[in-house]
Amino acid sequence: MAVTALQAPRRRVAPRIRTARAFSFHARISLPLALYTVFTIIPFYWVVLFAFREPSSNSWLPFPITFDNFVFVWQEVGYEFFFWNSVLVGVLTTVATLALALPSGYAMARYRFKGKRAFTLALLCTQFIPGAMMLIPLFQIFNSLGLINNLLSLAIADTVFSLPLAIMFMTSFISKIPFELEEAAMIDGCSRFHAFRLAVLPVLGPAIIAVGSFSFIGAWNNFLFALMFIQTQQRFTLPVGLSYTMGEFGVNFGVLAAGGIVAALPVIIIFAFIQKYLVQGLGAGAVKG
Amino acid sequence: MTRMIADDLGVAAPVAAAAVDQPPRPPRRRRTWRRSAAPWLLLSPVIILSAAFIVAPVLSVFWNAMFERKLTEPWNDAFIGLEHFRFMFFEDPKFWPSLGFTAQWVLVEVVLQLVFGLIIALVVNEAFRGRGFWRALVFSPWAISGVLTTAIWILVYNPGTGIFRLLAELGIGDGRQAVLVDPDSVFWAVVMAELWRGVPFFAIMLLAELQSAPKELYEAAAVDGAGRIKRFMHVTLPHLKTAIILTTLLRGVWEFNNVDLLLTMTNGGPAGMTTTLPLYVAQLATQAHDFGYGSALTVFAFLILLIVSIVYLKLTAFSREED
Repeated sequence: MAVTALQAPRRRVAPRIRTARAFSFHARISLPLALYTVFTIIPFYWVVLFAFREPSSNSWLPFPITFDNFVFVWQEVGYEFFFWNSVLVGVLTTVATLALALPSGYAMARYRFKGKRAFTLALLCTQFIPGAMMLIPLFQIFNSLGLINNLLSLAIADTVFSLPLAIMFMTSFISKIPFELEEAAMIDGCSRFHAFRLAVLPVLGPAIIAVGSFSFIGAWNNFLFALMFIQTQQRFTLPVGLSYTMGEFGVNFGVLAAGGIVAALPVIIIFAFIQKYLVQGLGAGAVKG
Repeated sequence: MTRMIADDLGVAAPVAAAAVDQPPRPPRRRRTWRRSAAPWLLLSPVIILSAAFIVAPVLSVFWNAMFERKLTEPWNDAFIGLEHFRFMFFEDPKFWPSLGFTAQWVLVEVVLQLVFGLIIALVVNEAFRGRGFWRALVFSPWAISGVLTTAIWILVYNPGTGIFRLLAELGIGDGRQAVLVDPDSVFWAVVMAELWRGVPFFAIMLLAELQSAPKELYEAAAVDGAGRIKRFMHVTLPHLKTAIILTTLLRGVWEFNNVDLLLTMTNGGPAGMTTTLPLYVAQLATQAHDFGYGSALTVFAFLILLIVSIVYLKLTAFSREED
């Protein structure tokens, strides 16, 4: 499939050279890409197969198609709750992360101040802390705040842990925007904040999408904190719901697959949409030197 | 981004430093205290939050590590000093095997992810029709969580209708492998699943770096008659070096700390074979509610991670000066 979809760039060259080029193109690009695509797709195939196939069927194709598994996970297993819980935590985390990462990124990109290097290092160091390490103390903190079994505890924890990368990303993006833009606005009489809003914010679209999606996906996927802090099934998020499905309905692969699709679809859609911003944004830090 | 991190770690950033810090040049005169307070004011919410939910918890782990502290036995709460560490090193039968598996897991994952990720990044960096689509496709597992990866691969490994059954129908093998409970195959079974979602991370990071590769250098190398392989060795690899050092470091840390996949896929089994240190901690926290010993293990895991990371950075920065 992959091989036929790809074609060497058309050029007017002598036939023999063209054949050689086409061969080298397939060896370098089509073949590895095809192999890797197969590796990527295989698991997705099994999920779709199990989710849409009749439970009694043993076919390698999901025909006749049934939606019973989806109805079952949504209505009987509790995905109705898991899904909206995850949405709530994801949205809260995203909004909070952006609200905090924007001013921080601006400060890091536009000001020179004592302790900036230390701050960056501290941000980076947070990446070294095992998530499992935070389970115990965070449980104690949220317990004393009365936030155990409350989705707010997840939103807070997810925000705190998505911030370091979000700030680094914002910083590298903002420092790529020429300061002259704001300067011009300020000469025209804008305050610094106005200059930021009028000159910087509009160009920050891709960065905001990338950072926002990053933190949303992180919160959507967080399992450990949810496993530790949430105790009643009605407040489970999708990853915990999914792991619960594996234990409870371990034999029913149709239910597991349908649940997996419910959990994966939103992030896959978001990801397909942002991946080009992501590559641009990550590269942005490199070109500014 | 990697370049920026590199600056602050003091590794391998030959060209970056110059134009990074542009001092603000406000057109109107301002009082200096306002200017110097502004960045801290902007950063203060983050600093306060981090102090409350990162710094304080980390410190409390070191504190808890010296106590007997089980939620299930609140009457036994007592200061016991370094007793947990003595037990850990000399008596705990699970500790050393889990440390060994952690090292094996991190090393294999990071090396394989780097190799495959680099290949994929190089491939999708080339110009061909439909590139955007293929990028989105091969990168897509990156967005998938550990638990979801588990769910997906459980379906693939399912002895009844999974991939081994399909292979058996095609005449390969007997289709009976239960790879996740078989001690011979469980390691590669979990490694494959994690590779599936880990390779895209490297591919994305390295692709981002490849896109900033200086075109002139490639042209110059081509003019000098350097072939594809020479250009890769002498232009691409040196350009990617910083990114490779930092992504392998970050990924190594993340794979070390990776708990959700292993917890849901094997729960550390069979017979503790796939238990990493952080997974052991998570089991103590969520199942045994042993906060004291869990904290002690955490302290050890944290120190190991810190030491290995520093050594790794020193070694890679050192080898850079050589060439």
